[in-house]
Amino acid sequence: MRYIPNTDEDRREMLQTIGLAGVEELFSDVPLQVKLEAPLKLPSALSEQELVEHARRLSAENVNIDEYVCFRGAGAYDHFIPSVVRHILSRAEFYTSYTPYQPEISQGTLQAIYEYQSLICQLTEMEVSNASMYDGASALAEAVLMSHRVTGRDKVFLSRALHPEYRQVVRTYLQGMPVKAAEIPCASGLTDIDWLKRKLDDQVASVVVQHPNFFGLLEEADEISQIAHQVGALFVVSVDPISLGILQPPGAYGADIAVGEGQALGGEICFGGPYLGFFATREQFLRNMPGRLVGATVDSEGRRGFVLTLQTREQHIRRAKATSNICSNESLNALAATVYLTTVGKEGLREVALLCLRKAHYAWREVLKLSGFSSLFPGAFFKEFTVSCPSSPERINQSLLKRKIIGGLELKRFYPEYPNGLLVCVTEKRTKEQIDGFVKALKESGEQQ
Amino acid sequence: MKERLVFEISRKGRVGVSLPRCDVPQDELERLIPRRHLRKNLPLPELSEPEVVRHFTRLSQLNYAVDTGFYPLGSCTMKYNPKVNEEIASLPGLTRLHPYQPEELCQGALRLMYELGEYLAQIGGMDAVCLQPAAGAHGELTGMLIIRAYFEHKGQRRHKVIIPDSAHGTNPASAALCGYQAIEVKSDERGCVDVDDLKRLVDEDVAAIMLTNPNTLGLFEENILEIADIVHRAGGLLYCDGANLNALLGVARPGDMGFDLLHFNLHKTFSTPHGGGGPGSGPLGVKRALAPFLPVPVVVKQEGRYLLDYNRPLSIGKVRSFYGNFGVMVKAYAYLLSLGPEGLRRVAENAVLNANYLMKRLKDHYHLPYDRICKHEFVLSGAKQKKRGVRVLDIAKRLIDYGFHPPTIYFPLIVNEALMIEPTETESRQTLDRFAEAQIKIAQEDVESLRPAPHHTPVGRLDEVTAARKPNLRWNQ
Repeated sequence: MRYIPNTDEDRREMLQTIGLAGVEELFSDVPLQVKLEAPLKLPSALSEQELVEHARRLSAENVNIDEYVCFRGAGAYDHFIPSVVRHILSRAEFYTSYTPYQPEISQGTLQAIYEYQSLICQLTEMEVSNASMYDGASALAEAVLMSHRVTGRDKVFLSRALHPEYRQVVRTYLQGMPVKAAEIPCASGLTDIDWLKRKLDDQVASVVVQHPNFFGLLEEADEISQIAHQVGALFVVSVDPISLGILQPPGAYGADIAVGEGQALGGEICFGGPYLGFFATREQFLRNMPGRLVGATVDSEGRRGFVLTLQTREQHIRRAKATSNICSNESLNALAATVYLTTVGKEGLREVALLCLRKAHYAWREVLKLSGFSSLFPGAFFKEFTVSCPSSPERINQSLLKRKIIGGLELKRFYPEYPNGLLVCVTEKRTKEQIDGFVKALKESGEQQ
Repeated sequence: MKERLVFEISRKGRVGVSLPRCDVPQDELERLIPRRHLRKNLPLPELSEPEVVRHFTRLSQLNYAVDTGFYPLGSCTMKYNPKVNEEIASLPGLTRLHPYQPEELCQGALRLMYELGEYLAQIGGMDAVCLQPAAGAHGELTGMLIIRAYFEHKGQRRHKVIIPDSAHGTNPASAALCGYQAIEVKSDERGCVDVDDLKRLVDEDVAAIMLTNPNTLGLFEENILEIADIVHRAGGLLYCDGANLNALLGVARPGDMGFDLLHFNLHKTFSTPHGGGGPGSGPLGVKRALAPFLPVPVVVKQEGRYLLDYNRPLSIGKVRSFYGNFGVMVKAYAYLLSLGPEGLRRVAENAVLNANYLMKRLKDHYHLPYDRICKHEFVLSGAKQKKRGVRVLDIAKRLIDYGFHPPTIYFPLIVNEALMIEPTETESRQTLDRFAEAQIKIAQEDVESLRPAPHHTPVGRLDEVTAARKPNLRWNQ
């Protein structure tokens, strides 16, 4: 066994030191009734070479999105990852270290997290960021729970234009809490502000929207924020970090908690995980925040250093009274985001956002030139848009697959009210040629029918 | 070695990336997005690529890691992270996959998830496994929500969850997050659950007991069958925190001991790297009666094809987006295939052997509060040293001078001045001997030599009090 250094002789001598006759005596405290008599029913061990061959075969049973052109987003995005990100992440000093509980020998991880927190604050214009959450959906659920802690109120309003899986995760997290979630309906693909004005009262802990929303549309975040604040509710927003290269940051429109999925920031698309939930809020709510925080301080000689701080909020100190049960988070993904944001920088992020925006709009215009395709919603959008198809979106997508194109997401999977709707995503990676190919394939899918 | 912050390295006008030129019409921004939605400025740093690489490489060199040395951190199972698993997890067919791509285009990924679930079920003695939870605590949360849903489905309202005083902090925190009252059961003089105290606490209002087995003292819960009987007879369930499963691989299974739910820590037992604090992965296994409540989707196999089943009316819903930390699952899957059933048992045997060997070598020099065979870890007390004014913190920091990562300290809470040591199976006897020699030397050192430790690190002991009192959590210009 190549991962175990002890030889038979080592084992014999070690047992002798302990004063035992055999390895089985090490397990004399396990009741006989539960001791396994036969080996586990698992496949027998593979050599490294056999393992790699097996894994390659499994890998080849999947179509990867470099082989097919991907126009699907809906919470998982095919953005470009600079080579630098993977190189830094593959440094074993980062990826084989533990949570930085011993700061003197963990300054690399700690400083990187401090930089991550600072970058998230710059990006969102919020005042404090934690060190990461599991993903965008669970970060949103934690934000909703925090709004309950902060306000003591027991209702939350979730926009129907939030990612449907995020809404589902929030509802799941609330099952054991005395908090009820209500859904704000949509009007033309946007959170219905008139409904919100009518229904909102001073029992609501938070108003929760996604911006740009699930349909790719820009919400009137500023107005919703003001409406929420009029009744003392918190405004919680889930944002696409790439969009913040050009869009107003949550801090500018008065968000109380800004969360989002950070996968787009240098993270692999990786079949949905591991991803990165980012979580930022105002300083006044600092002690109600979930998750780890890193702070700057000094040592006895006055040298700057970084430590985990305000841990009295956390489970290992506060136990049942902690602000969250989270322990392991997504530190390596946060490092990827840190390296990504540092590499693309101020100009680069704006440029990535502009490329997404312009390419998505080019694709949108070209699709709408096709007969039978129409716009589903009139609002301004960022990198995703919806169209209504002339025939079943499943059939259209099936025909696109033959041309090695993964088409948009069929909206009726989550929204039965839009049976012909397709949610199309165009990132900076899609070339004009690929977009033209996509439009041509859409056109031909109609002609075949 | 001091490294500046990226913000301090930044110089206006530098770029670290080259993006493709725009090949579609370059519409004016304000024609596409109304001005009120546009941000005025974006205050991100500006660095060139070589500066970025040097900065983060230098930061990495400030870290201690499994690849650089012994990491006997109790409860964390810091074993070697096999390199081939990293290579496999970066195959394009396993990384460049969109979670919503059609099932027929990701059969290999679904098969991997299906098989990993089957293997884990076999290892834990469970009937069904859900891979969605992103970490151990997330698995606990999922388990608690399933317990709640199960009792609600049966028309029962139960409010309490019993948790030992030696438990991980996540246990009471997870129970509380699901609206349960966490009730503490005492440990007895042998370090196990006090069965009499348990009997006193168990009633019809108890939904479950959460146990770690072996427990956080590294001791097997000898009375586990009786405990299971007591809780089950009152209609309650047994939840196993699988953080310490490394000790039992191929030896015994929580499912056979009476546990109804069990979470696995792929980033501990199954060798996936910790990444400086994550990503982990905390799959949850359950017995048949609880399977209908698992989160959606569940990977099923029908006529040789793998499908994602969302049609499960009793499911609690979802605890995160998509399917879980797939990239971590790939590494654990590769690990299991490398070891096979015999290899897994060897892991447990060597992990337990290493812990007992180290315990034997140290017990004459430190107080050993529970002197009996341990499993994968053991807990010493610095009580003797404390009499001379030496704290366990000082001992831990001094170990850094000898080139070791310190053990977990001040946990579990029931041991005064606790030092919790978990060597894992991937350390050689020579490493254990060198560590023991350092620990023994330190046991004799006096306060004056210990207090300034560590001596050769990039920073000395940091002022944590000021860090908490005047939080500085972000860089400001």
